[in-house]
Amino acid sequence: MTPRMTRVLLSVAAPVLALVAAFAITSAVLLVAGDPAGEVWATILSWPEPRNLVNIVNSATVLYLSGLAVAVGFRMNLFNIGVDGQYRIAAFVAAVVAGEAWLPGPLNAVLAILAAILVGAAWAGIAGLLRATRGVSEVISTIMLNFISTSIVAYSLRQVAVREEGSNIIGTKPIPESSRIPGFSISSEVSTDVYGFLLIAVLAGVGYWVALNRTRFGFDLRATGQSQTAAVASGVNVKKMTVTAMLVSGGLAGLVGLPILFGNAYSYGSTFQSGLGFAGIAIALLGRNHPIGIALGALLFAFLDEQSNPLQILVDVSPDIVKITQGIIVLTVVISYEVVRRYGQRLEQRQVAQALESSDNTKAEVRA
Amino acid sequence: MTDTSTTTAPAVRLVGIGKRFPGVIANDDVNIEVARGSIHAIVGENGAGKSTLMKILYGVQKPDAGTVEIDGAQVDLSSPADAIKAGVGMVFQHFMLADNLTVLENVVLGAERLHGIGAKAREEILRISDAYGLDIRPDQLVEALGVGDRQRVEILKVLYRGARTIILDEPTAVLVPQEVDELFGNLRELKSEGLAVIFISHKLDEVLSVADVVTVMRRGTTVDTVDPSSVNAHQLAELMVGSELPSPSTESSTVTDEVLISVNHLTLPSPDGRPLVDDVSFTIHRGEVLGIAGVEGNGQSELVEAIMGMLPRATGVVEVDGRDVSGLSTRHRREAGIGYIPADRHRHGLLLDAPLWENRVLGHQTRTPAAKGIFIDKGASRADTERIIEEYDVRTPGPDVLARALSGGNQQKLIVGREMSGDPILLIAAHPTRGVDVGAQAAIWDHIKDARRLGLAVLLISADLDELIGLSDRIQVILRGRLVGEFDPGHVTPEQLGSAMTGAGDKA
Repeated sequence: MTPRMTRVLLSVAAPVLALVAAFAITSAVLLVAGDPAGEVWATILSWPEPRNLVNIVNSATVLYLSGLAVAVGFRMNLFNIGVDGQYRIAAFVAAVVAGEAWLPGPLNAVLAILAAILVGAAWAGIAGLLRATRGVSEVISTIMLNFISTSIVAYSLRQVAVREEGSNIIGTKPIPESSRIPGFSISSEVSTDVYGFLLIAVLAGVGYWVALNRTRFGFDLRATGQSQTAAVASGVNVKKMTVTAMLVSGGLAGLVGLPILFGNAYSYGSTFQSGLGFAGIAIALLGRNHPIGIALGALLFAFLDEQSNPLQILVDVSPDIVKITQGIIVLTVVISYEVVRRYGQRLEQRQVAQALESSDNTKAEVRA
Repeated sequence: MTDTSTTTAPAVRLVGIGKRFPGVIANDDVNIEVARGSIHAIVGENGAGKSTLMKILYGVQKPDAGTVEIDGAQVDLSSPADAIKAGVGMVFQHFMLADNLTVLENVVLGAERLHGIGAKAREEILRISDAYGLDIRPDQLVEALGVGDRQRVEILKVLYRGARTIILDEPTAVLVPQEVDELFGNLRELKSEGLAVIFISHKLDEVLSVADVVTVMRRGTTVDTVDPSSVNAHQLAELMVGSELPSPSTESSTVTDEVLISVNHLTLPSPDGRPLVDDVSFTIHRGEVLGIAGVEGNGQSELVEAIMGMLPRATGVVEVDGRDVSGLSTRHRREAGIGYIPADRHRHGLLLDAPLWENRVLGHQTRTPAAKGIFIDKGASRADTERIIEEYDVRTPGPDVLARALSGGNQQKLIVGREMSGDPILLIAAHPTRGVDVGAQAAIWDHIKDARRLGLAVLLISADLDELIGLSDRIQVILRGRLVGEFDPGHVTPEQLGSAMTGAGDKA
């Protein structure tokens, strides 16, 4: 087997192992609680209705962008815990910009998207700058910035908000119809559309892969993540890379809320979905920071979320059980990757030693 | 050293110890016998296998072959806890003390079951301190202690846990001469109380002054055990390096009078006053190897990193082929023609978990064949990695193998090949043969000679004096950050260099 083949196999083995373990532990939790584990899994693992499929794809799109944003940081050993705050402040600004409609139609949407990217990047950039200049751990600063972001958004929302008629919910001005991003329908039976933003998410994934794996910038970023000392000796300016990586991560984070904004909500209100940034951390871990892996991870999380909805009605079990599964997945994934990584390392070292010994032997035989 | 009496079994007897790591043999047929009440020194170059052997004796690693006997009983050590139980303790080169705790707290930490953490423990500490003349006050904060005091606390920690055999790993590396004398006084005290002391060092003069027996290791195995009164430092050095010395005498000089590299007034200030690199100036000509000799920690690594532009606080001027690179970043200095073989290849030279071809790109991200515009050219990088594998005899199944899977020697050959491929003007080689096997060592020496023949300027830093003498056209000695003397390798002996390195004798 070629080293490449082995590596691919091992990288598939790790998440499979993690999922199996997570499902087993969840089942144990169900059994201990006296819930019908079999029926729960039968409900969750059934093939979704077309309506559910659309919901799964839509929430996976959002989770995917969140996972990508976190993964950029991970590739450089930066833990951007602040995607949550970054996407909310960015989505808020985008909603304001789009709601004001300074530009006509699609141009307005483009402007709002750019504004979201810039705001997300700037918000993450604060943590990057603090890390590069003062050595402040980005874990701490991004968590703090999450709180500040929440407060700023809540405060600003009061300033710009319009009250929806007949309700206590406040929100930004709705985006004019001409600036919304149209979705596409996958089935005539379903009234909801798949977000048009899906295409932008796919483009972001492709861009992520190319930038990280094929460009000098990506090489510098990965090198810094693998060994900062070696990167410095090779000529990478680590401080600059830290800031840049946080800017890119934050820029991607800025996109996270936009599929919802442009495809469903059309305004940023007090009920805008939160917590997507934290799911992104788990998904980036599960997807090994690989764009396809993250996509699968996002689909899995979206699938579990969607399929757990009817649990309460059908089998009288709280849908929160899948939150337990998702949490456990994060733990098992970390463990199984480490186990598989060590195994892979030993395997490769052994293979190299064997390959060299046998070639030495043949040389010796030729000489004799 | 033969075991004549049946009542006193040797404190430690290692028989036929072997330890292999993938692609490299760290220990092979190691035999050592340490008597009770003696100081037994183990000397050898870096990479000779001393630390692996000590890790085996301290239970950190398990040997693949051979047996460990302690006080006559064969033991199976699978963790340091086992070793401590068997009466073996180790004092590491880097102290493991918590600054914000007192001496007492540090000593009892992790050994609370022995004598508690209160009055009984204090009593025991004072008893040990008195018995061995360690002069320790248990209620002092560790942060208030000097280096020598901290080391005594480490020794006391080991004794407190009941060690009868103490391993000291390069204990003098961090000490000033007076502290070294004190330490040796303490060691003699331990010896007279019937403990066995294993003393690891590569400072031969110290070894000769304190040890009762000296075992020499080379290339992973024990080559000889000698009585220090019957040998001198030079004979020991010969045993350490064997006969594999490079032979520059057969090569004619390639030195020209064209100055390629000039370094002027290079200074690296340090927070506590004395500069780490102090007003260093030198030139290197086309086709010349300038060797830098010095006891480790006298500013060599700082000098190299300052030339590489890795230390922004450094001042002074570095010119490469007439071009002032002082203000440039590390990347631009590399592009200006500096190749760099770092002293610690795992920390500074390689991405261990990346394939070889990506390691070929490292340090050359902006240049052909690694880069094509803003992109990395994977095809060309792989092809050039194949070339390096071929030309530099890197033993690997191919360019997609992870760097971690290669042996040290092959990793180093890859680095040498990579650094030579940037068409450099200056090649900085810091300890280029440290921890590599004999074959790779000879090959790397050849590559450095080739570089010289090709008209490069080479800056060679090495702790191996014979390597320096063998390869250099000129040798400068560095002491406390300053260049203190220049020697002609054709006429200098390791002894003369050694005394210049320690500042003992002025110009020999």
